[in-house]
Amino acid sequence: MFIVKRLGQMVLTMVIASFLVFAVMEFSPGNVASKTLGPYASPEQKQILFEKLQLDDPLIVRYGRWIGVLFGVIEDPLADPALNLGFHDPRGHHYFGNFGYSTLYKAPVNDILWDRLGNTGILAGIAFIIIVPLSMVFGVLSGMREGSAMDRGLSLTGITLTSIPEFASAVFLMAVFVVVLAWLPGTSPLEATPEWPLASQLVLPVTVLVLYDFGYVARMVRASMVEVMTKDYIRTAVLKGLPYRTVILRHALRNAMITPFTVILLQINWLITGVVVTEVIFAYPGFGRMLLEAALFGDITTVEAATLVALFVAVITRLIGDIGYMYLNPRIRLT
Amino acid sequence: MVDQATTESSPDAAASPGRLGRGAGLWRVLRAIGLLRESPVAIIGSGLVLFWVVVAILAPWLSPYGPNAIDFTALADPTPSAVHWLGTDHLGRDMVSRLAWGARTVLTVAPIAVLTAYLIGCTMGMVAGYLGGWVDDLISFISDIILSFPVLILYIILISVLGPSALNIIVAVTFVSSPGIGRIARALVFDLRTREYVDAAKTRGEHPLYIMLVEILPNARGPLIVDACLRMGYTTITIGVLGFLGLGLPPPDPDWGGMVKDTTAMMVVWPHMSLFPCIAISSLVIGFNLLADGLREISMRD
Repeated sequence: MFIVKRLGQMVLTMVIASFLVFAVMEFSPGNVASKTLGPYASPEQKQILFEKLQLDDPLIVRYGRWIGVLFGVIEDPLADPALNLGFHDPRGHHYFGNFGYSTLYKAPVNDILWDRLGNTGILAGIAFIIIVPLSMVFGVLSGMREGSAMDRGLSLTGITLTSIPEFASAVFLMAVFVVVLAWLPGTSPLEATPEWPLASQLVLPVTVLVLYDFGYVARMVRASMVEVMTKDYIRTAVLKGLPYRTVILRHALRNAMITPFTVILLQINWLITGVVVTEVIFAYPGFGRMLLEAALFGDITTVEAATLVALFVAVITRLIGDIGYMYLNPRIRLT
Repeated sequence: MVDQATTESSPDAAASPGRLGRGAGLWRVLRAIGLLRESPVAIIGSGLVLFWVVVAILAPWLSPYGPNAIDFTALADPTPSAVHWLGTDHLGRDMVSRLAWGARTVLTVAPIAVLTAYLIGCTMGMVAGYLGGWVDDLISFISDIILSFPVLILYIILISVLGPSALNIIVAVTFVSSPGIGRIARALVFDLRTREYVDAAKTRGEHPLYIMLVEILPNARGPLIVDACLRMGYTTITIGVLGFLGLGLPPPDPDWGGMVKDTTAMMVVWPHMSLFPCIAISSLVIGFNLLADGLREISMRD
């Protein structure tokens, strides 16, 4: 029942949020025509497109049509050869998940989007695998004894690291490892060159992500650990003579992981959709950079498609977070 | 909670003039500044912030050249020298001057943005928390929708549609961060609205607006101040990131993120052009975050 209700909320959120994006992007119909055709289009071409897309219709009708194309119910009007845009989709004209054509990349959005998302997935996956254990170890170590030298040191390091914007830490790292030492490449186009294998191209982007995010997650783990350490069952465990190690590993750790679980899951969301800066500075062909390029170019279709995917990732991670939290914390299930 | 820690709860404060009432406002401020002494973290943080505030205020007098003045003779060797202490950028513009004017940009835009976000966020949160019912449901629903977006994507969409300018950055920051502020304010109001003094005010027949602004808001200020300080840090990063992505202030006016964007391609030859603005923005954000941490520590202690 709970899950059904949450799924309903999820769909509702996505519909309203994607409508908002659609409204912001396509608010002025004249804008849509000129953005789609580019700066050199003649007024006649614009007029044809205007009629073809029925840009006179109210926003909500056009949104409905966009959803129709996405679900494969109606044909994408841009695919019409009469428009002379040269768009052709090998998948056909009606299919589920038809995101339309990108005017920036001159191809179906589906040809670009998933590759880019995969590339970002590689980056995000490696960063995630490093961030989680690292922040757990440091968070637990500093939360174990609140106010100790270890705790203060780690907390200061954490604050400092999260304060440095990603582009700044990238510049600092590049100054050392690219300019002075020349150990690593300064760009990561994901094309292996004789000099720089793929793995070496991933080192700096991953490091930037880890540095920016790990301090934040570690502080969340620490806060939860500090709270658990004040609980009665920990005091009882210490007083009945259990070794400190056992108290930490068997009693404190399990309970201290409940709250940060959601935070850690939300990092997936951030890593997939929030890494635009890292991708831009290292020229990494990822999802975030695609969205930025599309937004700067005025490629409405790609922006709408990418935000829908990003929203989906966001909503799904939150749903998994809620379900996982409920599973980990039985007290919530009862209420 | 952490509210009113400075005057009411500690026994030695009872004798201090802070108890005398509203007339002693100046004393309260001085006492609050005095409290910062207790936390070395807060001192370092406020020192860094203060440094940049002074630089921003004195920018016209501190900069040896105009922020957009081009020195063609420096183009041959833009590295730091006696003429240009931190060197020049790729167009021969003095780095010291651009950094100082850039500080002015960020320290005008960020506080205004955070302030407007607070005005709207606190209003949303207080109204939702105090009135409850369908008003609360509606405001929470709208907040949830905005919060479900990945933050940076929302910024990119908003700024690319609105166009890059200082005003639009303020609008975007307000739009993106007021729901978060609203949530914090709502939780605080939920906690405070059942207190005796709120009941007393209701019995006196005070207007809800009076109760929210005079009875509840001052008592919720502690956590809100800490959050505002953290948000100043985030907003500084946001402004830098937008500048770096090409969505900041239109050129040629200096903003730190934009300075990095223009010069990273030249990192290998002239790293100083990117390094100095990066050091500037990092130190300012570290300042805000250390200050926030120190303030929280102080408010938890009492």
